[in-house]
Amino acid sequence: MYEEIFKDYPLPEELKKEIVEELERRKVDKKTAKKIIEKCYEVYMKNLMEPGEAAGIVAAQSIGEPGTQMTMRTFHYAGVAEINVTLGLPRLIEILDVRKNPSTPMMTIRLLPEYAKDREKAREVANRIEATTVNDVADIATDLRNMRIIVTPDPKALEKKDLKFADVLKKVEKSVKEEVFEEDGKIIIQIKEPSYKKLMDTFDKVRKLVIAGIKEIKRVIIRKEGDEYVLYTEGSNLKKVMKVKGVDFTRTITNNIYEIYEVLGIEAARNAVINEALATLEEQGLEVDVRHIMLVADAMTADGELKQIGRHGVAGEKQSILARAAFEMTVNNLLEASVRGEVDKLNGITENIIVGQPIKLGTGDVELVLKLGGSK
Amino acid sequence: MKFKLQDHILVPKHELLSKEEAEELLKILGVRKEDLPKIRADDPIAKEIGAKPGDIVRIIRESKTAGRSVVYRLVI
Repeated sequence: MYEEIFKDYPLPEELKKEIVEELERRKVDKKTAKKIIEKCYEVYMKNLMEPGEAAGIVAAQSIGEPGTQMTMRTFHYAGVAEINVTLGLPRLIEILDVRKNPSTPMMTIRLLPEYAKDREKAREVANRIEATTVNDVADIATDLRNMRIIVTPDPKALEKKDLKFADVLKKVEKSVKEEVFEEDGKIIIQIKEPSYKKLMDTFDKVRKLVIAGIKEIKRVIIRKEGDEYVLYTEGSNLKKVMKVKGVDFTRTITNNIYEIYEVLGIEAARNAVINEALATLEEQGLEVDVRHIMLVADAMTADGELKQIGRHGVAGEKQSILARAAFEMTVNNLLEASVRGEVDKLNGITENIIVGQPIKLGTGDVELVLKLGGSK
Repeated sequence: MKFKLQDHILVPKHELLSKEEAEELLKILGVRKEDLPKIRADDPIAKEIGAKPGDIVRIIRESKTAGRSVVYRLVI
């Protein structure tokens, strides 16, 4: 019933909802409601950021100050299963630097309803995801005299992983260039050349050969969360996991932001940056307003590609030479700019501080123009 | 199995603007096309909605502060 009043007062949706809730609880009549909403709108307008405010500086300080209190402690067994996750300052740096390979990639995989309720079914999906190497299901020995590698699959281990002897044989045959044959329940790999190095190379290759699952996923842990089973993994490969049968891809996420950018696009990457940064700060007991992190995420994603904060990204692409030189690699920047004959127009803040001029911020942003010969 | 990337929880809703809508939008915002944030034409979601360079995409985000916020990106 209050909807139409809001037409004249364009408040954000979240705020609207809150106001309506409160009004309905108190059963306010329309006339008073209008007055209340008007007052709310007034306060809202007063609290808006003014044009020309240094929002970036405020964000930098708001993240930087609590950041000094973060611990350097890298590893920590997070509440989630027994998976090691990088936390604290190292993780925050990782997020802002957009590392392509974070030190502890991890995925949270949710399952489709028909798989999520049953532990056995969840195990089935986990088997499809977890990388199983030959070493996991078989004994591997070298026979130096005959230049052979003997692989003896363990039936129990095979059954646990839901694999067959033939699967192992097929995979080995496919990836090893040497002669492969079966001999009473064993797989024999005959090295043609009498070369010790070749034997050892093949041995290593066979040991690490992935027979089932996804290479990058080293471990899968099944945990019950509420009434559904959720898989947590060590290692991450969003693209492949998404396509695995039984995985609810819409709710499957990874902590590797660059992977999200590649698979789900720039907007998803922006959300991932916000979520990860906020979670890292919150885990350390630091309260930083989302708005600051949102601003950082916006700056990182504004050009349509995920850019890091730093000399290879946002800071390195600044227009002004002096601003770049003030950040990192001063000499290199100045030298390169002079070689190219670049000109600094002194439009920004940093460069004007360097040369000692008033900056274009706050009161400095306004210029007065006097009209001569006007009315007296 | 075919699925839509747009269904993922991290992906907000993307809509392609028509020529008329785009023109009107630029008039309301009072900016040039190039002043908008960008989205690459080879972005997975841009591909999914069939956006071509020069188009404008409307993105409806679930914002933590405003509840729902609308932003625009220029396809490059």
